[in-house]
Amino acid sequence: MKNRGWLFQIPALAILSISAFIPLMTVINYSLHYIFAGSAPTFVGFDNYIEVLRDPAFQGALIRQLFFSMGILAVEVPLGICIALSMPRRGPAVALCLVLLGIPLLIPFNVVGIIARVLTQSSVGLIPEFLALVNYDFNVSKYPVDAFATIFLLDVWHWTPLVALLCYAGLQAIPDAFYQAARIDGASSWKMFRYVTLPKLRSVLIIGVLLRFMDSFKIYAEPLLLTGGGPGDATTFLSLHVARKAESYQLGYAGASSFIYLFIVIVFSYVFFQLMTHIGKGENQ
Amino acid sequence: MKKRYIFLICYLVVLFIPIYWMINTSLKTDNEILKELTLIPKDLTFKNYAEIFTSPLWRSSFMNSLIYVCLNVVISLIAAIPAAYAFSRWKFRGSHHLFFWLLTNRMAPAAVFMVPFTELYYTLHIYDTHLAVALAHCLFNIPLAIWILEGFMSGIPREIDETALIDGYSFPRFFGKIFFPLIAPGVGVAAFFCFTFSWIELILAKALTITDAKPVVVTLTVGIGAEGVRWGLLAAAGVLTMVPGAIVVYFVRNYIAKGFALGRV
Amino acid sequence: MARIELEGISHSYDSSSKPEDQREYAVSGLDISWPDGSANALLGPSGCGKTTILNIISGLLYPTAGRVRVNGKDVTGLAPRERKIAQVFQFPVVYDSMNVFDNLAFPLRNQKTPEKTVKTKVEETAEVLGLADRLKFRTTGLNAADKQKISLGRSIVREDTAAVLLDEPLTVIDPKFKGELRRKLREVQNRLKKTMIYVTHDQHEALTFADNVTIVKDGRLIQKGSPEELHAQPATPFIGYFIGSPGMNLLDCRLEANRLQFADFELPIGQDMKEKMASYGKDFKFGIRPEFLDVAAEEKNRAVAFTVAVIEDTGAYRVLTCDRESSRIKTRVTESINIREGDRVWLEFPEDKVNLFYNEQRIV
Repeated sequence: MKNRGWLFQIPALAILSISAFIPLMTVINYSLHYIFAGSAPTFVGFDNYIEVLRDPAFQGALIRQLFFSMGILAVEVPLGICIALSMPRRGPAVALCLVLLGIPLLIPFNVVGIIARVLTQSSVGLIPEFLALVNYDFNVSKYPVDAFATIFLLDVWHWTPLVALLCYAGLQAIPDAFYQAARIDGASSWKMFRYVTLPKLRSVLIIGVLLRFMDSFKIYAEPLLLTGGGPGDATTFLSLHVARKAESYQLGYAGASSFIYLFIVIVFSYVFFQLMTHIGKGENQ
Repeated sequence: MKKRYIFLICYLVVLFIPIYWMINTSLKTDNEILKELTLIPKDLTFKNYAEIFTSPLWRSSFMNSLIYVCLNVVISLIAAIPAAYAFSRWKFRGSHHLFFWLLTNRMAPAAVFMVPFTELYYTLHIYDTHLAVALAHCLFNIPLAIWILEGFMSGIPREIDETALIDGYSFPRFFGKIFFPLIAPGVGVAAFFCFTFSWIELILAKALTITDAKPVVVTLTVGIGAEGVRWGLLAAAGVLTMVPGAIVVYFVRNYIAKGFALGRV
Repeated sequence: MARIELEGISHSYDSSSKPEDQREYAVSGLDISWPDGSANALLGPSGCGKTTILNIISGLLYPTAGRVRVNGKDVTGLAPRERKIAQVFQFPVVYDSMNVFDNLAFPLRNQKTPEKTVKTKVEETAEVLGLADRLKFRTTGLNAADKQKISLGRSIVREDTAAVLLDEPLTVIDPKFKGELRRKLREVQNRLKKTMIYVTHDQHEALTFADNVTIVKDGRLIQKGSPEELHAQPATPFIGYFIGSPGMNLLDCRLEANRLQFADFELPIGQDMKEKMASYGKDFKFGIRPEFLDVAAEEKNRAVAFTVAVIEDTGAYRVLTCDRESSRIKTRVTESINIREGDRVWLEFPEDKVNLFYNEQRIV
């Protein structure tokens, strides 16, 4: 009976074998071969990996991706905490806030892309018109900074509610006694936040950071729809880069780069997870 | 006290500008969209919506989306509930590795799996069916559902299981009569998340369908990039894709707060 | 350290615009005074308004009516920290991200106390609590009893703490640590002579901790006194039954000529008693504590025969449940008289130990 646990995993494993395991093996297989349409694949060892790592386009996409992922975490996490703190604790306004925050999460990625297109259309979009008032010439298909900023803000717009909802759930679970005790101990509101709220939010923040980090690597539809990854390669993130290679049937390259991609996400997530579980626990030791 | 509400209201307003703009655009004529910037439609029209409702293409793609999303929710939950139960109750050989491996699936880049999925599902003769998309979305939804459910189940004392089994309940009866009602909120939250992530996913849905199971997210992208984009029509379709989401949010609103922490506060 | 006084405190959670006399009050018309340096308990069944009173004292609630005074100074409008009243909650409250030392130092550092003083004060406090060897420990690894000691420590570490309120502090403590923590609380109070108010629904905890017990029921004060007073002279039948184990025997009776008529037996009474009772009325509640009944195995003058229904052995003494038709009386027997279930016993009711209640109020 010691391994009855595995029995319960059978349904999940059976489905995952066709929706994760076999495809992953296929990807690894690709990454070790030179594949060209029509001809039989030839085994090339790690050549594809070397090619990927040396490719400036891959390096560029990776650096852009890391910059983007770190950036959105730095904005979305504090902003999400602030929103959660400012939400009412009880009353009919709570349900309203929750539903309003939940709605952006349910908008399909490409609809988000369409929203971005509509908002940034040159000459008649809301944002260019608005910025024209302060004499800023905003054009996503001309200026890399504008395009990158648009994607960045779009992600913040789309996903900060998730962090906020997570934090709100965490806040609701903190018993009032902790705040009463801190008030009696004469703690300032900053200290209350630092020593009561933040430590109690740790577990939800871990979830939030991990989810946002993992998912930020998947950003694909928004830049594709906004500018197709441009101008130049200003918004070509890792997924987009890899998907392009796969679409043009450079399967060896695509397989190798996606394996490197997966490796990076796992390593970073693991480091985040370790850091966040230990922060605040051992700092006085 | 008041300051934080001002901040919140400002945030919610900013949050709704893009959505408002979509609705706004969807109610304008193509002419108005391309010619000038108007904060409210000058020439209010429901033509865009009418076109979507009368077009068989749009109608069928909406149906396709709903079918594979629901299918995915059902499959994910059926697979995840026993797995999560095992993780929350027993430490079995390799359970830690398995749990972490499941999580790494959540991180897997969908873009990369496109080609292998296409090949595999062709071989299995399920390419361009609802089942194909539903199964592909299990890649990220099963791990997520296991994660959420495991959190909820760990919060339920083990003594309940033991007491029920001692009282002579068979395992399936215990699970259905006692355990399931206790984790119902967790199941609701897991279903909500699976629904969300399956509903908004584009890459796999696009790669695995041609016509028969073509979802609304794909129909939406068609024509973008070409000259003479019908913004009004796209905006109207975009607004309609938010409707199922809004309905789902409304139904789970009471569990949102508890559930968003994935059961592990 | 300080004297805490409540003057005419009433509180209603009903904030609607109903006139004051139609609202539901959680507590009403409380006048209580706790002397400086005393060990007190606030005792009452669940839902009697104890927590409301506590929150009013600590300043977390603003009472609908009445004043709160600390050392004679009106503090009703002051915030908790300005009143310098500390509180220990049901659930141990510790700051998880800090170690034991930093937890104890937290209130001092918030007052910008110099680090040197902080160190000596914290070490003193830890010494009193018996935590001195664990100052560098993380709080996450401690058991609930130690965490509760830290909560107490934070409240006594400041010299200017006026009073410490303990809100059912043993609720979540493992039974095996309960006794130790209870003794520790008592010992700390004895050593530091800080005014403490211990709120509980458990009479045992209240009576062992406090020199002075206040009993509250349905938001009203019903008696205040030392544990002995409450035991010997309960103000109402409720207290008689609530305090002591087992509680006081309570029987309805009627005053006839010069005897008390019960449902199934009668007792003669003295002239003084009779006159006193006659001035009130006819129907009374008769109360006597199980331990004051004289139990005899043989027939005796002025004693009433009962049949022993149940014998419970608690180790220190035995509790007999005795029946006579529809009347039921419990007695406590310490000496080893040889009685078995089903035997007949003769119970004597010593007149000086009898409590009589008229209209729920004690008259004798």
